[in-house]
This record gives sequence, C-alpha cells and structure tokens, in this order.
Amino acid sequence: MLYDALIGPFTEFEFMRRALAAVIALSLAGAPIGVFLMLRRMSLVGDAMAHAILPGAAVGFLLSGLNLFAMTAGGLIAGFAVAILAGVVARSTGLKEDASLATFYLASLALGVTIVSIKGTNIDLLHVLFGNILAMDDQTLLVVAFNATVTLLVLAVIYRPLVIESVDPLFLRTVSRAGGPAHLAFLALVVINLVNGFQALGTLLAVGLMILPAGIARFWSRDLTAMICIAVVAAAASGYAGLVLSFQTRVPSGPAIILVATVIYIVSVLFGRVGGVVRQLFPGRHLEA
Amino acid sequence: MTMAALHFHNVTLGYDRHPAVHHLSGEVARGALVAVIGPNGAGKSTLLRGIVGILKPLDGSIHLGGLDSRDVAYLPQSAEIDRSFPISVFDFVGTGLWRGTGLFGGIGKAAREKILRAIASVGLNGFENRPIGTLSGGQMQRVLFARVVLQDASLIVLDEPFNAIDSKTTADLLALVKQWHGEGRTVLAALHDMEMVRNHFSQTLVLARGPVAWGPTAEVLTPENLLVAMRMCEAFDDSAAACAADDVSSRAA
Repeated sequence: MLYDALIGPFTEFEFMRRALAAVIALSLAGAPIGVFLMLRRMSLVGDAMAHAILPGAAVGFLLSGLNLFAMTAGGLIAGFAVAILAGVVARSTGLKEDASLATFYLASLALGVTIVSIKGTNIDLLHVLFGNILAMDDQTLLVVAFNATVTLLVLAVIYRPLVIESVDPLFLRTVSRAGGPAHLAFLALVVINLVNGFQALGTLLAVGLMILPAGIARFWSRDLTAMICIAVVAAAASGYAGLVLSFQTRVPSGPAIILVATVIYIVSVLFGRVGGVVRQLFPGRHLEA
Repeated sequence: MTMAALHFHNVTLGYDRHPAVHHLSGEVARGALVAVIGPNGAGKSTLLRGIVGILKPLDGSIHLGGLDSRDVAYLPQSAEIDRSFPISVFDFVGTGLWRGTGLFGGIGKAAREKILRAIASVGLNGFENRPIGTLSGGQMQRVLFARVVLQDASLIVLDEPFNAIDSKTTADLLALVKQWHGEGRTVLAALHDMEMVRNHFSQTLVLARGPVAWGPTAEVLTPENLLVAMRMCEAFDDSAAACAADDVSSRAA
C-alpha cells in the first residue's frame, strides 16, 4: 500500500524515473548556488535572472518550436548577456548590482513576452512559464545532468574566492584579482541552473528549487558546509515528494515540488534550530556564560 | 640601510576628479613606523587606499619599492565585512594565508598550526570555532589583526585600527604593532590619539589634503602644525577649476 504510493510510480513508469533523476540533478547543483545567492543577498537577483532568460528561450522557440536544445541555448545566451552586462555596469560605475540588473531584466522580460505572443499559443506560453518535468526525454535529461556536473566542477574551482568575496570583498581585492572573475563565473552558474530548472519548472518557478532550500538550510545550521548539504537534501526531498504528490493528485508537477518545499520552509521557520520562531518564543532560561 | 619601502611621486588621489590627497611627495623608509594624522576628511583613508592599490591615483604615482601588492597587508577602517556570513574565526583568519595557498592550496597541518598561533597571538584562544557574527567589536578587531599577522606582509597599512576599541584591547594590539616594527616590517597607521602617536610612533605625517608636515614625531607634532591642518581642511567644491599647480612639497621621512 505504502509501497504503491511512494515507490510504485517510479518502478512502474519511466517518465517518473526520469523526472526523479532530473530533480535530483537539479537539487545537487541548484541548491548550493541558492545558498550563495541567499548569503550574498542576491535571492531576488536570481528571480530577476529567471525572467531575463525568457527572450532567449522565446527566440529559440520561435525558430524551432518546442525544441529544448534551441530554447536552452537561447536562454543561456540571453541570461549570460544580461548577467554580464549587469555585472560589468555594476563594477565599472557606482550603480549597485541590483539596480543595474533590474533595468536589464525588465527590458529582457518585456522583449520575451513580446516574442512569445507573436507566435505562441496559450499552451506554449504555459509550458514556457511553468515547464513540464514529466515530459522530459532522455536527451533533455542528459543536458540537465551535464549542466549540473559543470556547475559542481566550476563551483569547486571558485569556491574559495567566492566565500571570501562574500564575507570580505575588500580583503579579496587587496590580495587577489580572482574576485571579479569568480563573481562573473558565479553569475554564469546562476544562469546555467536557471535554464536547467527552466526545463522542469518553467521560468517562473525555476528559481524556487534554488532559493527555497537555501532558506530552509538557514534555519538549521550556522555552518556553510552544513547549510549546503541541508539545502541539497531539502531540494531533493521536495522534488521527490512533489513528484509523488503530483502523481497521486492532479496538481501539476512544478507547482507541486515548489509547494512541498514551501511546506518544509514554513516548518523550518517555525521549528528551526537557528532562529526559528518557536525557539525565539520559548528560548529557555538564559545560560550562565 | 635606508632603502625606501614606499615612494610617493607628486601623488594626487581622489574621487570623481576631486582631490582628497593633493600633490604628496616623499618616501617612507623600510622598517619605519609611521603615524598618519589629520582631521576627519584630511585624506588619511584615501592615502592608505592608494597605497594598497584599491584606489588609482588621479595624478602622480606610488611605488612600493619592489614589493608585490601581495606583500601589503591592509586593515580597512570600517571593513566591509558581512558579519552575518556563516564563517568561523578559524576559517576567517585562515584567509590571511591566501598568498601561500591561492585558489586551491590545501591547508595542511603546518598551516593549521600557523592559524592557531595567529589566533593565540591576539588573545583569542578558544574562539576558533565561533562564527564571526557572534564576536564583539573589539574581538572582531583582534580577529582582523590575527589575519594581518598571518599575511606576513612586509608593509602593513592600518586605517584607524583603534577606533571604538577599549584600552585593554588597544594595548594588546599596539604591542603587536610594535612587534611588527621590531621584526623590520614597515607599518603605516592612520590615528587620532595624539598621546599614542607621541609615545609609540617614531615618524608622523600630518595630512590635510596636502602634507602639512612630515618627519620625526617630536618635531612634527606641534600645536602649530595641528592648527594648520585643522584650517586646511577646506570643503569639497563642485565647481573647482582643474588643478594647474605643480608645486612639489616634498619631505623625506
């Protein structure tokens, strides 16, 4: 009975296995990126970037229909263009990164919606906006896994300067020139993972599997390594539970995954070990030292 | 041996074309212990930023006497440190080893002991695993000093290192500064405490946009010079004309 509900769908249907593999790959790569986005106070930057991808994906769609390679390539180009332009403007002028990004992503979003409405139908628009992880074919799954692998490798390379730049950017500037390239590489990783999530969750929810697990992790640990691990586990668990939920009910898969993550987030806000609400309301008697 | 650690060639540093340090020339001898004093807005921090290379001179040049910029350790005034970032005292101080480890270098047993020694040298034994967000202001300043210790730099630049620090911590950290001086490192510190400058720093630069006086502390730290410095700190003028002055006011320290 329980087996039928929790494991059955995956042994029985190939598309469920593919979806599960995809969601685990997305979790492994996206959640660590989300943790850094959160710690660098760039959570909404991730959101903005997700919109920035739209025109590229839309052009890909316009040229070759619902071809995921074309849409991925287009999304990557648009995302990189916006990320790099915003990063360069922020670094060469006094403008803060969020302000310059807001300009570029709004322009990008407007362009994207224009392009989709020139040719697309409502169903196409729905697919672009919310994705469909259950319709994933082998090739798409390979692309997702490849992107995740690249993400983890690049993250390993830029990990140290990224951490130092997050905590003390001025210090990094005095000892090394790695700060700028590391930052740009990080933005590139954000884009890659958004495009990756785009296949499964669509432009609007792609950032959810990055930011929500990061928010969850913050309530359970004060240690960076532990945070990253918790975020990955939370993301994968949300993905699995969301797929089961989507299979058993009629909730679409993307929203189901994000809704499960939201439930875990709310539980963490309430009962989290680090700064959770309950902890703050009932902290126990103060310590001696 | 009086090889200079720092040469200023008619340096002008500033922001948006407005000079904050105006036509400074001179040199700092290797191993000197120099206090940089002056009223708020005199350009002390700007000068130090120029030395460590964060700020490019508008005019003139600064030479580091053959040093790589990595041989310079800089302790900024209000460090732009994100104290909420989840990093331990040990890891944070450990970033001072960057010159040796770079992007990938491992932190081996010897390096770990170095880090522990640096933490001990600022009196923070037992704090290794504390997140930096839980430290007090004075403890954080000790942590920053520990990182400077680990950087093992031949030129150390401290921007108002004793601001809002209690007397015990100040005494401990000042002892470290004197130890660095004893080890032959060149130390420049922007300071406000005249008593401390008089008692502990052999050379002083009185700055008020331009240099007012520069030399042995006892000769330079006079009421007249300080008064001049106070007066010279004029306001930033939006419609100032382009500077044509080429008067080089130089003193060797």
